[in-house]
Formats: sequence, structure tokens, C-alpha cells
Amino acid sequence: MELLVASAVGILTAAGVYLILRRRSFPVILGLSLLTYAVNVFLFATGRLVTGAPPILNKYEEVAYTDPLPQALVLTAIVISFGMTAVVVMIALGAYLSSRDDGTAMPVEADGAEEDA
Amino acid sequence: MEHLLIAPVVLPALVAPFIIMVLRHHLDLQRIFSLASAVLLAGITLALAAQSADGTVKVYELGDWPAPFGIVLVLDRLSAMMIVLTSLLALPVLLYAIGSNWDTRGANFHALFQFQLMGIMGAFLTGDAFNLFVFFEVLLIASYGLMIHSGGTRRFQAGVQYVVFNLLGSTLFLFALGTLYSVTGTLNMADLAVKVAQIPAEDTALLRVGAVMLLLVFAIKASLLPLHFWLPSAYANAPMPVAALFAIMTKVGAYSILRIYTLVFGPEVEATAGLTESWLLPAAMLTLGAGAIGVLGSKKLGRLAAFGAIASMGTLLIAISLFTQTAAAAALYYLVHSTLAAALLFLVADLVMERQGQWILPQLPMPQTGLISALFFAAAIALAGMPPLSGFLGKLLVLDATRGAALAPWIWGVILLGSLITIIGMARAGSLLFWKGHGLPQRAAEEPGYTAAETAPPPALAFVACFGLLGGLVALTVFAGPATRYAEATAAQLYAPSAYIDTVLGRTAE
Repeated sequence: MELLVASAVGILTAAGVYLILRRRSFPVILGLSLLTYAVNVFLFATGRLVTGAPPILNKYEEVAYTDPLPQALVLTAIVISFGMTAVVVMIALGAYLSSRDDGTAMPVEADGAEEDA
Repeated sequence: MEHLLIAPVVLPALVAPFIIMVLRHHLDLQRIFSLASAVLLAGITLALAAQSADGTVKVYELGDWPAPFGIVLVLDRLSAMMIVLTSLLALPVLLYAIGSNWDTRGANFHALFQFQLMGIMGAFLTGDAFNLFVFFEVLLIASYGLMIHSGGTRRFQAGVQYVVFNLLGSTLFLFALGTLYSVTGTLNMADLAVKVAQIPAEDTALLRVGAVMLLLVFAIKASLLPLHFWLPSAYANAPMPVAALFAIMTKVGAYSILRIYTLVFGPEVEATAGLTESWLLPAAMLTLGAGAIGVLGSKKLGRLAAFGAIASMGTLLIAISLFTQTAAAAALYYLVHSTLAAALLFLVADLVMERQGQWILPQLPMPQTGLISALFFAAAIALAGMPPLSGFLGKLLVLDATRGAALAPWIWGVILLGSLITIIGMARAGSLLFWKGHGLPQRAAEEPGYTAAETAPPPALAFVACFGLLGGLVALTVFAGPATRYAEATAAQLYAPSAYIDTVLGRTAE
């Protein structure tokens, strides 16, 4: 279980970092999504890995429980990253449609050139 | 009245959806509600500042959950100062956006503006590290919308870079918070401070990793070299009134560094001692140098202002990175000054750009050259840190506070040389823009491109906003005595965090 989660986080992060370093916006956005998946899995692990236990403390007897806070954090993180991915897709689409170029680098302008509106 | 503490977050959070849903097609009503909200916000933040001026720490428990379990908002002198600064910055920026008709050039300017204010206010008030992340995201998602307001190819391209860089920062923020939570089991800042101090020295490897990752996140926000690459093209291509509001966003990063690394990873915590100081100071000096050289090398007015903002962040972070009480007091005074000065420079840059384009080239004298050049002169003096405006006093305080530091000769050299380069850069831009144009042959009135819009008098509101910011700088200079006393009291409170921790965790009764 530990090996599975740890390698999942590691592989997702490595793939995400690789994709973010690409020059075109679509792989970059994919890389961002992979990174957010990695961080979501990582957040689960911060509450220690417990399987099949309820997120409830029992004050009458010693039973296994899982930490509920990371689950709440992950839920928040998922919602935020989902929204953010939508925003970045829209902005990247806007940039692509207005310049017909999906590179993430800004082209250099000549001095005194008027801005193309 | 205890609910007043959450009002700076709730008010814009209510006004923004109201503007979107009810007033979507009524620009005048949008303007009225947005302005009314900003004025009300200024009143609320001033009332809160009055409450916290005597050094009491006020806590607002959301949902009445006690501190380590629920989310708390905390108001101390630092938070109060930052929210007052935000609301006093928002007012002239909003006036300018209305006066220059920037808010008509795209949809939903006022709603996004209010959401942006909500995020900034929340980030300054929250006492919970994860809640800080959430408010960062609120202010960022509003800033993405504002950044690409009114569209345009280059603005979208710069927007993509800005959003991607900040999404990376957010991911890193989550990794840092997860690491800290796995070590301490809490995310409440006061509780973190207690838990971090109790961790045995041999178990602190992960804690140090978390602390450094968190510092990286805040360094991205504060545009610390080498994490500043997002700022110049983002600010230079954003609508200038929006960039003026963004002047407070880099300060959110500076505030977070100041808050977390005095409260949680304070100077007396052995596990992280020396970790931040040794990296932050050289990076801050490089930031100042890069900003100053950027000012000198800018070909566009927007980039000039953006690099000016980076240079001022460098000075600010130098003062913060010493982590002493006197340096923190100097940093706080300079923080207020540099926010107002950078915002003023962005607004003046917009006045020029609206009339003769974004390039720093000799051009024909524009309408109101005298007034605009005077404003540019004032903004340049303020940002470069020349007398008589408050930038000079701020830099003097920073220099004075760094006297005892080990690297003092280096700090003095970098700050003074950086100021000199900034002055040269500003003087070059100003003389090119306002003086060189007088020798050019006059353009005929019927020539294409010489439209009526260029000669039409601009709305007075834009100038009122600029003079409002300038008035703020003058007031900061004239009332430097009370302002520095407040900054010193704030720094003293920051470096005695036990009152903050005890109040948040409800231990005052014992």
C-alpha cells in the first residue's frame, strides 16, 4: 500500500513536471492536471494510510480510525484544481484563437510596434 | 459587534454575486455598488484597526468551533494594517478604473474586483494555514479574470504564463501544507507554532522540507528572484488599473513570510533556525538588483512600472529577511509606502499609455503633458526612494535597521546602488517621454490616427484617483512619526507571539 501510493505520487509528479516544461500550452495544462492529482494523493497520505476504517473516533473502545481532515483538504483541493484547470483551459484557448499559436512563450515585438488589438 | 471581524470578507463576497446576477446590464449601478462597497470596506477596516490599535488580538471562530479544530480569523496590528492598506488602495484604483472607462472594456470588471478584494482581505485575516491557501486561490482566480480583462492577444499570452506559474505555486503550496500536516497534525497557525516547538530535534527533517517549500510559495507570490519571472510580463500586459491593484498582491507574499516565519518558524525554533535567513537575504538583494536594472532597460512603460515594483519588493524583502524587530518595523513602513508608490506609477503609466502608446519613445506632446509629467515625476521619486517623499524615509529606516547585520556593507551597497540605477532608469524614461517629443515636427490634425479621442480632455476622476494616491504618500511622509510608531508596535507584537497564540487557542482564561 505504501509503495503503491508513494510510487503513484512520484510518477504523477515526474510526468507532470516533464509536461510542464514543454513549450506548447496543451501539454502544460495536462502536466498541471497530473501535478494536482499527485498532490491530492499526497494529501491523503499525510493523514497516515489506513484502509477500511471509519473517520470517527470511538471514546468507548480502541478501534482503528482514519484521519478525516486530509479527506476534507483533498475535497477542497479537488474543487479548486478543477475550477483552475477550467480557467487555464479557457485562457489558453483565448490565446490560441487570437494568435493562432499555442506556444507558451511570448513572441518578441519590434520597438514601437503597435499592439494588435 | 464581534461579527465586524468577518465583514471585510463577507461584504465583497455578497456584493460581487449581486453585481453579476442582478446588475449585469446596468453599468452605472455596478459602479455605484462597487464604489459603495469599497467605501464601506474602508470604514470597516479603519474601525477594525481602531479596535486592534491597543495591541489586543481579536479572534473570530467560524461556526463557533474552538481554535485548533475550526477555522479562525485573527485580527492583530499586522492584519489590521494590511486590510486598511488594501481598502485604501482599492478606493483610488476603483475610481481610476471608472474614470478612465477601463471597466467598460470587458465584462464583469466590478464583480471580479470585489472577489479580488475578498481574497486579499481573507488572506490577511485568516489564522489557518489551509484557509490561507483557499484565500490565495480566491484572490488568484479573480486576478486571472482581471488580468485578461478586455482581451487582446498579448494579454492572453501573458495571462497563460501568469496562470500556469501561479497554478504551479498553488500545487507547491498544497505539497508544503501536506508535509507540515503530516509532521504536526494541525494547520492552525497558532497551534502549528506550539506543535513545531515541541517536535524533537531528530524528527525535524520533514518539517524543514515543509518550511522551505512554504517559503518558496510565498517567494513566488512576493516575486523574489529567481521566482519573479511571472511578474514583468503579467503586470506589464494587464490593464494598468488592475496592475495597480496587484501592487498589494506581491505584499500578500511578503505578509505571509512575515507572519509564518515569525509565528510558526520563529527565530527561536531550532529546527528551522538559519534556514530562511541564509537564503532570503541574498535572494532579496538580487531581486533589488534585477528590478533596478530592469527599470533601466525597459522599453515599455508597463514593464518599467513592473520592474519598479520588483525593485521595491527587493528592498522590502531585504528588511524582512533580517528577522529582527527593528528591521520588521522598517519593513512595515516601507511596505505601505511601496504599495502606494507602485500603484501610483502604474496609474500614471496608464495615463501616458492611453495618450501615446506603451513604448518609451520620444513622441509629440500629449494633452495635459504638464500635469502627467508632474505626476510621473512624483511617482518616480517615490518609487526610487528620493526625498522628500516617504520612499526616502522608508529606505533610511531600512538602512538604519540593517546597521548591525553581518552583511551590512553589502546591503547598504545594494540598496544605494539599486536606488541610483532606478533613478537613472526613471529619469531616462521621463526625459524620453516628456521632453524629447518637443523637438519633433508637428503632426497635422487631419492625419489619420490623430483622432478626436486623443485630444478630448480625460475624465477628471482619473486624476482625482492619482492625486488621492499621491496624497496618501504625502500623508505617510508628513505623519511619518505616528506611522513608524505604529510599525514599531506592530513589529513588537510580531516578535512576541505568545499573546497571539494564547488568544487563538483560548488559553487566556487559565
